[in-house]
Amino acid sequence: MTMIEAVPLNWVLALAAILFCIGLFGVLVRRSLIGILFGVELMLNAVNINLIAFWRYLEPNLVAGQVFALFIITIAAAEAAVGLAMVIAVYRTRRTIVADDMRNLQG
Amino acid sequence: MVTVIFIAIASLIIASAALVVVSREIVRAALWLIATFFAVGALYLLLEAEFIGVAQVLIYVGAVSILILFAIMLTRQHEWQEPAWRAGPWWIALAGAIGLAAVLITTLGAFPWQLHANDLPVSRAPQLGTALMREYLLPFQLAAVVLLVALIGAVVIALEERRRRIPTLADDVAAQRATTDRTEDGTS
Repeated sequence: MTMIEAVPLNWVLALAAILFCIGLFGVLVRRSLIGILFGVELMLNAVNINLIAFWRYLEPNLVAGQVFALFIITIAAAEAAVGLAMVIAVYRTRRTIVADDMRNLQG
Repeated sequence: MVTVIFIAIASLIIASAALVVVSREIVRAALWLIATFFAVGALYLLLEAEFIGVAQVLIYVGAVSILILFAIMLTRQHEWQEPAWRAGPWWIALAGAIGLAAVLITTLGAFPWQLHANDLPVSRAPQLGTALMREYLLPFQLAAVVLLVALIGAVVIALEERRRRIPTLADDVAAQRATTDRTEDGTS
């Protein structure tokens, strides 16, 4: 008994949708820049779950599904590295990582 | 049996992701984020994408989480409590997220998918490696370039000028330890 026979595709898609919306909520309500990055990571993971589920349920003979997921993991790692470096740089010049305090461009 | 495992993994993912968002202490949120990454890796294994599952554990649990913990350590002052949420109306964000989830679930649930689920997956790790070396060679090399650029860019952005240094929690602990060492030397 594999997962494919036991669990319908819609359940996996619903799980990914819920995870994406939790990440979206985190991006909207978190105050610190690191907390916002957590939300972005959750959303990227939700997208990856979707890609793997579509690969396994719809086109298990095509390798492209896994390749896409692998590239998303790579880009997410690069995004986390640059984003956290920017958080550290912002903290160094302003002594805060709260997003509401960064209003230099506000008119 | 598999259904029970899937439901367990799914509830673990959702619960730990919710705790990531609502935790007041940022270090706890980071630890719950690591738990979420682990559970997502387990879900990949359940979906028979074993290479992606291992890559998830290696990259997210191994590298990204350590990076996040270091960033938290370097952006913290000694007596500083971070207010977790925005002062604004958070229920609007909650309503928007729940509405988006409802729309997504109903739309995706109504779509008639053409399942080919009963075929055994042909694309395993050897096929994945062959594909990365043949038809996806250019994107593969571009990903390598992106990683190199991100590495150099992160170093350049986070490079510390000594004269503009701001003390962090780690510096406070180091200074405290240095003074206690000095007093111990003086007494002995």
